[in-house]
Amino acid sequence: MSKVIVVTSGKGGVGKTTTTAALGAALAAAGQNVVVVDFDVGLRNLDLVMGAERRVVYDLINVVQGAAKLPQALIRDKRIDTLSLLPASQTRDKDALTEEGVGRVIQELRAKFDWVICDSPAGIERGATLAMRFVDEAIIVTNPEVSSVRDSDRIIGLLDSKTEKAEKGERIEKHILITRYDAARAARGEMLNIADVLDILSLPLLGIIPESEEVLRASNLGSPVTLNDVTSAPARAYTDAARRLKGHDVPMTIPSDRKGFLDKLFGRRAA
Amino acid sequence: MNSTSVVEANNSIRFCIRSYIAFVLAPQAPVIEWLAQLDNWTRNSPGFFAGRPVVLDLSIVKLGRPGISHLLAQLADRGISVIGLEGADASQLDSSLPPLLTSGRSSERQEVSAAAPPDAPADTAVAEGAAAALPAPDEPTSLLIETPVRSGQTVFFPNGDVTVLGSVASGSEIIAGGSIHVYGTLRGRAMAGARGNARARIFCRKNEAELLAINGYYRTAEEWNAAIRSQPIHSWLEDGVLRVAPLG
Repeated sequence: MSKVIVVTSGKGGVGKTTTTAALGAALAAAGQNVVVVDFDVGLRNLDLVMGAERRVVYDLINVVQGAAKLPQALIRDKRIDTLSLLPASQTRDKDALTEEGVGRVIQELRAKFDWVICDSPAGIERGATLAMRFVDEAIIVTNPEVSSVRDSDRIIGLLDSKTEKAEKGERIEKHILITRYDAARAARGEMLNIADVLDILSLPLLGIIPESEEVLRASNLGSPVTLNDVTSAPARAYTDAARRLKGHDVPMTIPSDRKGFLDKLFGRRAA
Repeated sequence: MNSTSVVEANNSIRFCIRSYIAFVLAPQAPVIEWLAQLDNWTRNSPGFFAGRPVVLDLSIVKLGRPGISHLLAQLADRGISVIGLEGADASQLDSSLPPLLTSGRSSERQEVSAAAPPDAPADTAVAEGAAAALPAPDEPTSLLIETPVRSGQTVFFPNGDVTVLGSVASGSEIIAGGSIHVYGTLRGRAMAGARGNARARIFCRKNEAELLAINGYYRTAEEWNAAIRSQPIHSWLEDGVLRVAPLG
């Protein structure tokens, strides 16, 4: 049974692409057959985060429009061979996506993979609504900050009304993933705390990803966070989230940077 | 030329929509006999239809254009002026006939018997706005929402009260003809009595509302003090002032 998931948020810059790559890689590393699909047509980024930007020949638009076959456009990851990428086009815009075309591509991907993870563009327009149109589940990425939470709430409303499942009266399973969480700042009241976010969004929590330099470092190296340094706090948090997605019962820990902090104090001098 | 520019300068015409109550006459075949029955009935109540709007329901008898014209003339002779037709074949109608009406709803007021005072003042039959909005008995007068109301969503229920079991998000709005009850946190806008009902009220278990309004009178979050912010509250209208007080 394959699962189609959209990673969405409404607001930009909260970590959708990082999350798509990290969860995709974590699931693939656990032996699952995974494809990550970049729906951000015109502002493609997933290829960079996956380190596949030099290997893009065909893209989602070509496949949607029938100019290329799906296997021609899929890029297999060099580190994990059960992980594939379907890149977006950087030169076209979102109007080039048609609903029938997207539906057909998702159907084809369902047949090939256990997990189809769609990286949604920001916003609530055509690109975002098409990315969520045919999914079974949604991961709503939220920063612990009021504007991000309100935009997430808006997206949840769209998931409940504009998706194919919702129109058929079925339910889309939805998870909240809190990213860029800084426990110290939340304790000082400079950030919303986890309880506030969950109270507002009233959905189950998939994971809490701590704010960490590691995320930017991995992204610049073209590596999903979960593959670059598997012991880092964000990598562990994403790996736990991926296991919860698979249905495992993993206790929710709020990752702290204490370990990283000690590493900085002592590790650097020792090196 | 002058008149054209006047029209252009004044091109923002305001349209209002109002509902009215009208009597519906539904003739039965044969029409001659039906007219005789009508005469019989109005003999006891002369002038019952004078000045009252009447809609002619032609769904039982199928009449062509000449038949409709003839019937209208017969009714006009009896002092019955027909303001619209219902259930007629649109192809049989032209501009000389009253307009075709659709989506009519039954009203309790139609149950008028011949024993009704024949000279009741005309304005009791012609009710505006509020009375015409009286829902038919089979229409629900309250709305229960069991899911959270999400940002960007609008719940519009002109017929009565809205009850929300979950929370109402920032950037969403509830508009109710009657009162609004929110058992979660109210973070969006709540507008009660939206169709002109000063007795509507707003209740919520935790007030973080962006705006509360009753019958068009409103207050925004800026005016919440510590006693009513994040508290269970109750809001009502008193002499044209919106009151908000802690509940219980």
